[in-house]
Amino acid sequence: MSIDLAAILIVAVPLASAGVLLLLGRRSDGWGHWLGVLASAASAVMAFVILFGLLGRGAEDRAVDVHLFSWIPAGELDVDAGFLVDPLSATFLLLITFVGTLIHVYAVAYMEHDDDRRRFFAYLNLFIAAMLILVLADSFALLFVGWEGVGLASYLLIGFWNQRTEYAVAAKKAFVMNRVGDMGLIIAMGAMFASIGSVDFETVFAAAPELSEGWATAIGIALLIGACGKSAQFPLQAWLGDAMAGPTPVSALIHAATMVTAGVYLVVRSGAIFEASPTAQLLVVIVGAITLVFGAIVGCAKDDIKKALAASTMSQIGYMMLAAGLGPIGYAFAIFHLLTHGFFKAGMFLGAGSVMHGMNDEVNMRGFGGLSRFMKVTWITFGLGWLAIIGFPGLSGFWSKDKIIEAAFVGEGWQPWVFGMVALLAAGLTAFYMSRLFFMTFHGKARWNDGKNEAPGPEQHPHESPLLMTVPMIVLAVGSLGLGAFLAFGDRFFHWLEPVTGHAEHHDPVIPIPVIMGATVVLMLIGVLLAWRQYWASSVPLMPPTGSVLTRAARRDLYQDSVNEAVFARPGTHTVRTLTYADTAVVDGAVNGLGAGAVGLGERLRKLQNGHVRSYSAAMSVGVVLVLVIVLVARI
Amino acid sequence: MPETLLGQSPLTVLILVPAVVAALVWLVPPLRRLARPIGLVTSALVLAGAIALAVGFDVSAANETQFAQVADWIPAFGASYAVGVNGLGLVMVLLATLLVPVVIVAGWNEVTLPATVGDGDETAERKALDYRRAGWVALILVLEALMIAVFASRDIFLFYVVFEAMLIPVYFLIGVYGGANRRYAAIKFLLYSLAGGLLMLAAVIGYFFVGTDQGPQAFLLDQAPGLDAAGVPLITEMLLFLGFFIAFAIKAPMWPVHTWLPDAAQQATPGTSTLLVGVLDKVGTFGMIVLCLPLFPNAAAAAAPVIIVLALISILYGGLLAIGQNDMMRLIAFTSVSHFGFIVLGIFVGSATAVTGSMIYMVAHGVSTAGMFLVAGFLTQRGGTQDMGAYSGMQRITRVIAGTFLVSGLASLALPGLSGFVPEYLVLLGTFEVAPWMAIVAVLGVVLAALYILLAYQRVFTGPPSANHAGMPDLNGREKAVMGVLIAAMLVLGFYPAPVLDLLTPLSETVAALVTGGVA
Repeated sequence: MSIDLAAILIVAVPLASAGVLLLLGRRSDGWGHWLGVLASAASAVMAFVILFGLLGRGAEDRAVDVHLFSWIPAGELDVDAGFLVDPLSATFLLLITFVGTLIHVYAVAYMEHDDDRRRFFAYLNLFIAAMLILVLADSFALLFVGWEGVGLASYLLIGFWNQRTEYAVAAKKAFVMNRVGDMGLIIAMGAMFASIGSVDFETVFAAAPELSEGWATAIGIALLIGACGKSAQFPLQAWLGDAMAGPTPVSALIHAATMVTAGVYLVVRSGAIFEASPTAQLLVVIVGAITLVFGAIVGCAKDDIKKALAASTMSQIGYMMLAAGLGPIGYAFAIFHLLTHGFFKAGMFLGAGSVMHGMNDEVNMRGFGGLSRFMKVTWITFGLGWLAIIGFPGLSGFWSKDKIIEAAFVGEGWQPWVFGMVALLAAGLTAFYMSRLFFMTFHGKARWNDGKNEAPGPEQHPHESPLLMTVPMIVLAVGSLGLGAFLAFGDRFFHWLEPVTGHAEHHDPVIPIPVIMGATVVLMLIGVLLAWRQYWASSVPLMPPTGSVLTRAARRDLYQDSVNEAVFARPGTHTVRTLTYADTAVVDGAVNGLGAGAVGLGERLRKLQNGHVRSYSAAMSVGVVLVLVIVLVARI
Repeated sequence: MPETLLGQSPLTVLILVPAVVAALVWLVPPLRRLARPIGLVTSALVLAGAIALAVGFDVSAANETQFAQVADWIPAFGASYAVGVNGLGLVMVLLATLLVPVVIVAGWNEVTLPATVGDGDETAERKALDYRRAGWVALILVLEALMIAVFASRDIFLFYVVFEAMLIPVYFLIGVYGGANRRYAAIKFLLYSLAGGLLMLAAVIGYFFVGTDQGPQAFLLDQAPGLDAAGVPLITEMLLFLGFFIAFAIKAPMWPVHTWLPDAAQQATPGTSTLLVGVLDKVGTFGMIVLCLPLFPNAAAAAAPVIIVLALISILYGGLLAIGQNDMMRLIAFTSVSHFGFIVLGIFVGSATAVTGSMIYMVAHGVSTAGMFLVAGFLTQRGGTQDMGAYSGMQRITRVIAGTFLVSGLASLALPGLSGFVPEYLVLLGTFEVAPWMAIVAVLGVVLAALYILLAYQRVFTGPPSANHAGMPDLNGREKAVMGVLIAAMLVLGFYPAPVLDLLTPLSETVAALVTGGVA
């Protein structure tokens, strides 16, 4: 099968499946979920067809442009819909469809008791299709179709249980905050159109080196705003924690492995523009660094297992963003970490779902503890994910995160020191909060009611999840274990991406590499030990202790919602209320008052309303005829 | 030019058919009982005719008037009966002829007898009902004839007469078939429109007197010179421009002369609102493009900055007000104020790309607004109120209503892949090209749109299912067909707008050049 055909089918199949499931509705309840799984699996097969197709070509020949149709032929702006298959998009195709299919399988069991399972799979398929369009698009305009498409799928899935109002609110919040970012993307396209006259990748990236720095910076910043919205980066991060309202497979697929990393994809894909503007690049690094620390701090304080994982996702994407801002040296590392993170974070989310499945949907980790004995597979697979994310030597996260930390130390002036130290210290924080999460859940004393102890709440009977759920977890755990080493071996992943990311000159970090690696491992061990002492060796209180100022702030996501509330929501609500009142009282009143005579006329007309249609029409006809007569008389 | 039976333009036939059928249905009592099927068949035939017209249209000459016919009408006053369409006119005729059968099917059972009628005499009641329904069908068909005529007019005076005549059927559709407060809304609509119409009439007469040609074809649009060439002082040109522009701004409607629309939409039946906002209001923006700009280019260029500011205010004001509404129909009306802001912005900002965007916006908005009004109508008829606060969790009760409402809403908020996106994208990019800061203000409308649509969805369709509405029936087959047609149109315009754009793009350069003062 040709790459062209595979690229079309990879999108068309899940899209068609989503359409069928939504149109057939209840009639497809019996088998809809399996159709969803099949569609996603078919896409995964296509992704491998594309991979082998590209591998069969020479490194310089691995970019295939698939022209689809003329989409917006509007004169000066002429956008064709087309797909660009190259090593970068192919990497995403594999991640999205492979992890996506595993999560589809998992969801068959996870959503088994939901009446709306078929609709859930329709949305999942819709998401897959939109995400694939996002990474395959060969223009910013078509990318935007996928970009907002995944936003829609995310909205539908966060609000899947929207009979609970707060879940519906969370879904809307995610969509609206994403739209704030999307404004940035639209402005970026406006700036491209104004400065270059096109929004397709080929033209824009070819012209980017010639751009004035002003335009490049403007486009870069606008793209960054878009990336911040989608990837929950500071200051548009506030939606991600609430997005955990969605069923856990959604959190794994959309809000950990794929959609939230789209911002990183956007920055790497638009590398040519960022390279033309050091200012924009620096901003990307700063945003990444801030979010990296922000997420890590929040992650240390959350007791809700999914929200802790969400904070961790934010923080890890901060790593990727930081790397992407470093320029060609960091692109491949950003994508590498994105890939390994996709595996281990998705694995851990599925693990969290498995825990919830065995614990009556409980998410509060203070009510967990000692679960390792009851769910062995979950424990081991989650454990591998945990070791991977903290960068335990040899596991996936070690290879990818270490590269980013090293790269952050490269450069001149104050920047390598600041960004390097932030990246390094955050590794210690990561080890602490992830170990806290792992120990609180699986180790220490059982803090749930097992019928014998004094723990509050309903009696729990934790149990391992069915095979449909554990097998995907096992596969992802294998990825957490070996994917990093497999791809790092002989730098094969970096060579693979080189046609897209360009060849980066090798620069030495300001601190020798062995020192950085040693410090990373030491900090990681300190983080694990601190967490062990507090959350495994000693007893965890059921009610969270008051905590320091920082802990309390972190529990409330560093007051992100309070800030947004005070700066945007409340003044906004006030404006809406005032205007709504003023529209009737002032604007309408003024216009009415302006035509005082007209009002009088209205009164008279009102009296004419005697209920007979015919007399109205006669009156009206006479009126029009009169108008005509007057006109004619005036002429003659 | 393809000649039809009596040497008339096919457009004339399209205008006459619904008008004649309307008269028959209204005047011949035995036909009244069959009014709805007759209306449906007629409008379907007219749609087929419009499609045939589109097939015969020469796309490579989309900026020229085709299917033209000119006949003397009132030579003494320079007025002719002149019809014909270029790409824009054709697209608008297609929109109007598509929405008429959709509205007839959607409102099939909507017209009932007022509670006051009915003293138990079944025959009399049936007769009264038939009479009422026949009136409804006749009004819609008359309106269809006038809509085709207004978009096909190639004579300024003819345009004016049709523009005014359209008020009559709409006035009755609101005032007779509307909700509880229908009379207030109908009169408000009429007064606003008449005020605009009078200004326009004055401007039409003024144009005749100051123009260079006062012969029997003085009002022919395809020959009418812009006043810039006539050596008319700018102040005179500006006054005449304003006469037209204000009439069109009221119709569109723009801030601050929008206040008739929420009342009209609240009181009118959903079908009337669909035609009113979906098609008739477009006559305002259509008039700006085909009359204001070519006839008064200097004045238009001079007034453009003010108009752009008003358009930006409309975008944000409409969005904010939509967020503040409790009544579903008023909400949709305010979203339209915001959308018309985008259309007017695109027309006057002086970029060909933005003009193309505005023109396709007129079609796209017609389709998505139709979807929103009609599905909101299906819901509120069942639920008994337009107050969103009375509903909760309707997604669990009426799934298809929820889904079709959401899709229509997403088209309205310009989600890529649906009808709203390409137009809004073109307007924003085109605006950015010539006035980046204006684009940055306008793009805020994108966030407001997400808020007003999703907030409405949240209030009505999410949350715990409302006990009052338990067991409420979902869409039936007829209603599903209505929404299916509209959603299909939204998808086509989203994914494959190229055929429509090919009809519009050739016109844009000319229009944009008029505003920027360039040579057409």
